Formats: sequence, structure tokens, C-alpha cells
Amino acid sequence: MSAMDAQTIIAKRIAQELRSGMLVNLGIGIPTMVANFVPDDVNVFFQSENGLIGTGPIPEQGMGHRLLTDAGGRPVTALPGACTFDSAISFGLIRGGHVDITVLGALQVDARGLLANWMIPGKMVPGMGGAMDLVTGAKRVIIAMQHTAKGKPKILNECTLPLTSERPVDLVVSELAVIGFPDGRATLLETGPGVTVEQVTAATEAKLAISGTISEMRL
Amino acid sequence: MKTVSVAEAVSLIPDGATLMIGGFMGVGTPERLIDELVRQGKRNLTIIANDTAVPGRGIGKLVDAGLVGRTIASHIGLNPETQKQMIAGKMTVDLIPQGTLIERIRAGGYGLGGVLTPTGVGTIVEEGKQKVQVNGKTYLVETALYAQFALIDAFLADYLGNLSYALTARNFNPVIAMAADTTIVTAEHIVPVGLIAPDHVVTPAPLVDYLVTNG
Repeated sequence: MSAMDAQTIIAKRIAQELRSGMLVNLGIGIPTMVANFVPDDVNVFFQSENGLIGTGPIPEQGMGHRLLTDAGGRPVTALPGACTFDSAISFGLIRGGHVDITVLGALQVDARGLLANWMIPGKMVPGMGGAMDLVTGAKRVIIAMQHTAKGKPKILNECTLPLTSERPVDLVVSELAVIGFPDGRATLLETGPGVTVEQVTAATEAKLAISGTISEMRL
Repeated sequence: MKTVSVAEAVSLIPDGATLMIGGFMGVGTPERLIDELVRQGKRNLTIIANDTAVPGRGIGKLVDAGLVGRTIASHIGLNPETQKQMIAGKMTVDLIPQGTLIERIRAGGYGLGGVLTPTGVGTIVEEGKQKVQVNGKTYLVETALYAQFALIDAFLADYLGNLSYALTARNFNPVIAMAADTTIVTAEHIVPVGLIAPDHVVTPAPLVDYLVTNG
């Protein structure tokens, strides 16, 4: 399976979690791709934490505005009904539980759903930006990540990297599996296309609760 | 409010000053004030801002010129020069969750001692901070931030100093406008009083100390 295929599987599956009217915040990387797979009959509001609700696609060549960007500083468009606001409101929306779903990347997730996604001590210290507020405050936190990194599991018994929040995530979607955390326990909910339960458990350090027949993602 | 040239505005700022600077990845940053800080070579500045942009842009220019002694920000990951100076011990960097940073600034401007936030509880961010329980939930006590100068970039400024902002260039600007002893503003357009309707004024004129003139 090529890396591109894995990312598409993840983004498509997460897009199925979106419902009309939701306020949704997408992180950088695979999470951003989720916007490409929103079903036609679903209308969600995308938030950029630099102060925009109604974030639209990248503008056509030559149509960008230097004062209209996403949180990475890249030019975006604004959809009809969009609105802009300052950073205090933007993070009031996030911390205050007004964001329905945030989709973020991960370095590690543990058996209880605790997330590490913002630093590797001594190697990568970019700053947490909005990650800690998003995980602490969003109604639902969905992790979009490839199941392993350089062949090593990312879903561990316990995170070895600094945590992002004491609040566990709600769902992890990888190219191999959909994993939830009911009752604080990593639980296999679905397998990826053509993937067996054994392949998932072999690529996962944390013990996965598995009950009954596990269905395959329908993409 | 006084109108000043960009050179006069920056001459008010001493070496070692603490500056809050508007902008998010350089969008909504007062570039003319930044360029003049570099030209006048103000040294050992403490910068409070969301990020340090990228080399050659916005706050990144102050970093490139080696003028920053300390940065208080939420994200420096897109500026390798900031990280280099941090690792080399040339610059102190305090990294703060973005929502906490803006609320600490807001608290400073709104006359509060700080805020209680759940963000950071159970992480390394809580180290050395007081924790309190409110209605059974744990919060960190995050103290207010205040600066000597706030450097603002507005879209419209009228002759009195009322300000409005455009699109995603608003970000930290109206919040830092409240949280400094002296507020200095550059604007894309300086317009007659009345052109910004009362309902569309975001930063009221009495908060603005200096408006940088065109040219």
C-alpha cells in the first residue's frame, strides 16, 4: 500500500464522521485532506484558528488575498456566510466546547486514548500552537494518522513523549483500523480495506479490546 | 492620539523593551514598524506574539537581525532561525498554548490578574503553576501578561484613531491594543472620521496612543 493510498483511506473515513451544521477544525497534514472528501449533501463550517469560520479551498492562481490565510499562513478562500474574529474568540470557540470535531495528527496515542502530538524532546520543539486547547476543549477529538512510523507502532501502552492533554481522544483512524476508547480502553471498531484483525493487532503495541465480528471500513 | 512618522514612533522604544506585536504567521503584522526597528537596531527586545513567522517576514526579520533576547509565543516551528537561536542559547523562548497566550494578554488588558484554564492540566505546561478546583474541575492559574508597547496593524484607522481590521489579519491585534502602556498603530488606510461606522469600530480610538502616518 503506498503512502498516498493510506492518507486517502484515513481522510475518506474521517469525512464520514462529519454532519451538516458542525463546526470543524482540521489540523495540518492528513487532517487537512478530510475537507476534500466531505459528501455533497453535508455542509459543515470549517474553522481556521487564526480567526476564520467558513474557510474555503485554496484560491485560483492569482486570486489569493494576503490578508486571508489559514493557520499556516497559506492563502485560502472564504465561503458564503464566512466570518472573521480575533484570537480570543477563536480560542474561546475551541476551549469553550463550541467546536464539534477537531481532526489532528499524532506522534503517539496510548491504550487509554491519551495523545502526544506536539514535541520530541531534544529533537523537535516547535511549540504546541493550538493543539493543547483543541484536545482539551473540542467536543470530539479524532486522530488521523498512519498506523505505524517507520514500522514501529504509534498506538502504545503508554506514551513516551510529552502529552498534549489529560483528556483522551475519541477516535483514531489509520489506514489499518478505526479505534475508539469506550470506558477508557482502546477498542477495535473497524479494519481498513483488505486488512485482517491480526494485522491490526500485530501493528499495535496497546492491547485492543475486540468483541464480536469487526467490520471493514466502507469507503 | 498623536500622529507620528515611523521613525519617530520607533524612537520611543528603548533597547530591552517588551513589545506585543500583532500578526499570525506575518499576516496582520505592522511590517513598517518591524523594518524601522531593524533599521534603528533596537536590541535585546522581549517579543510577545503568536509566532515568529518565517525568516525575512514580520517578526522573523527581528529574529534574523539578532534583536530578540526573549520570545513568548505559542509556535516557532516554521522559523528555523528562532529555533537555532534558542538552541544556541542566544534567545530565551517561552512556549505557551495559543489559547492560554491570548487569554493571558486579554487578562492583562482587562485588568485581571490572570485566568483559570483547563488547557495544560496533566501536561508539562502545568509545571510550577498553581492549580485550583472549581466545581470539581481542575484549572491552571495563568497570570496576566502586559507590555510596554503594543505594535498594531489595522486595515482602517480614522483621524481619531478608531480602528477596524480585515479578514484574518485581525488575530492578536485588538487584544494586544488593550494590554500595553503605549499602543502604536500602522494602518493600510487612514480615513476621515465617520468612514468607519460606530458598529464597525473594533478598537476604540482612546486605546491608540500613536498612529503612524503614510509615507
